[in-house]
Amino acid sequence: MTDQAYNFAYLDEQTKRMIRRAILKGVAVPGYQVPFASREMPMPYGWGTGGVQVTAACLTPEDTLKVIDQGADDTTNAVSIRKFFQRTAQVATTEATSEATVIQTRHRIPEAPLTKDQILVYQVPIPEPLRFLEPRETETRKMHSLEEYGLMHVKLYEDIARHGAIATSYAYPVKVEGRYVMDPSPIPKFDNPKLSNSPALQLFGAGREQRIYALPPFTHVVSLDFDDHPFEPSKAPHDCDLCGAGESYLDEVITDDQGGRMFVCSDTDFCRTRREEGHVGRLGEPQFSSKKIANSFEGICAPEEAAE
Amino acid sequence: MTPEALMGGFTAPPQHSSRAFRAALTALSRPGTIVTVEGGHGPAPLSPAAAILALTLLDGTTPVHLAGGHDAPALRDWLAFHTGAPVVGAEGAAFAIGTWAALQPIPRFAIGTAEYPDRAATLIIEMPALTATGPRLSGPGIDGTAQLSLPEAAAFRANRALFPLGFDCFLTCGSHLAGLPRSTIVEDI
Repeated sequence: MTDQAYNFAYLDEQTKRMIRRAILKGVAVPGYQVPFASREMPMPYGWGTGGVQVTAACLTPEDTLKVIDQGADDTTNAVSIRKFFQRTAQVATTEATSEATVIQTRHRIPEAPLTKDQILVYQVPIPEPLRFLEPRETETRKMHSLEEYGLMHVKLYEDIARHGAIATSYAYPVKVEGRYVMDPSPIPKFDNPKLSNSPALQLFGAGREQRIYALPPFTHVVSLDFDDHPFEPSKAPHDCDLCGAGESYLDEVITDDQGGRMFVCSDTDFCRTRREEGHVGRLGEPQFSSKKIANSFEGICAPEEAAE
Repeated sequence: MTPEALMGGFTAPPQHSSRAFRAALTALSRPGTIVTVEGGHGPAPLSPAAAILALTLLDGTTPVHLAGGHDAPALRDWLAFHTGAPVVGAEGAAFAIGTWAALQPIPRFAIGTAEYPDRAATLIIEMPALTATGPRLSGPGIDGTAQLSLPEAAAFRANRALFPLGFDCFLTCGSHLAGLPRSTIVEDI
C-alpha cells in the first residue's frame, strides 16, 4: 500500500471534525478537559496518541513540524512521530524551534521563546490533576464543577509537612485564569512559568484518557503554592557541560561506573544553536556548524576524486 | 433539490478544511483577530465564511439551528447535501446560523452544564460589517485589549458572567470571520 492511500494527516475527515470541535471548545474554556472520541493510532498508548491526534487535526500542508521528546529531536518517539507526519501529511519538518509552526512535545517546553505564529501540542498521559487524589471520574468532574480544589492544597501541604518543601517536581498543578486546576502534563516545574502569557497557542491531547484541553495565548496561569512556601522553578545547579548555558533545563548523564557524570541541555536544538555560536562548556569542544563541516569536507575531497 | 445545493463544497476537502480550521482556531484563540477563509460557498443569504465554517465543523452528529432568513429551502438542501447536519430548534442546537436579530432571544441556546461546559452552542453570527472597532475585548487570547464590531455588548457581558458556562461565537461577513469565546470580557467604550 502506498502512502497516498491515507487521507491527508492520516485521520479521516469525520474524525478530524470531531477533534476540531473539541479543540475549539477547549480554547473557549481554558483549562477545562473536553472529552473526545479518541481513535486508535498506529502507535501504542503512551507514545503520544493524544498529541498526534491534535497535531493531525491542526496540520495544514503549509506547516513546518517539529517534534521533541524530553527536549530532544533525535529520540525514538520524536523521530517516529516526525516521520509519521512526513509520510502521511507531506509536511516540512525541522529541528529548529524558530522555524516550526507546529511543535509537538513530550514533557518539555522549548528554551527558545515561542511566537504568536506557533502552536505547541503537548502529549498528556494523565490529564486529570486530581486523579491520584480521587480515582473516581464522577467525583473529580464534580470537584471541577464546584471549583473544589482543597484536596490539591492538602497534597502540597503534606509535601511540606513531610519534606520541608513542595516536593512535586514535574506535572506541577496550575490554576488557569483563576478557575480550573490543570495538569500541565509531566513537564518539569522549571517550565511552568512559560505556560503563562505565552504568545503561542498551547493544546493538550490525552489519547488513552480521551481528553483535549487548551491554553489560548496570553492566558494567565499560576502554579499552586502557599504564601510562606512560594512556587520555585528548579533545575540542577550546574551549567551545561557542552554549551555552558547556565539558564537552561539540564539532563544528568552518567558517563562511567566511577561516579563520572555530566549535565547537558535537555533541549538539543537550544544546545546545538549555542555551540554553533561558539559557546563551549566544561567538557565541550569548539564546534563548527554542520554547514561549515560539509564545506570543509568538500575542500578536502576534490570533485574528481569524489566521482571515482 | 436544486443543482445549486450541490455546488460550493471544498474541491480538496482535507487541505481546504485544514486551512479553514486553522483560520477558525486563530480567530477563536485570539479574539479580535479578523481572518480570511476561502474554498467554499453556499446559497444566499449564507456568507462564504459561514459556509466554510459549516463545511469544516458540521456533520451528522451536530444539530444545527437556522435562524430567520437563513431557514430557507435552498440552504437546508445545501446543508443536507454537504454536511448531513440535522436542522433543529434553537434549544437543541450545537450550532446556530443567522443574523444577530434573527438569533434573538439568545438565552434559548445551550450554555453547557456545570460538569460539561463544553456542551454549549456555537453561534455563527452573520454580520453586515466586521471591523476592529467597537466594544473593548480583554481576557484569554488577547495581549492587553482588542476591539471588535460586535452587534452589542450587553449580551456578551451577560454571557461572560456565566463562565465557565456560556455560548461561543463566530462572527462572519463575506469571506472574513472573527471569534468570540465565552471567556472574553466585553466592555463598552
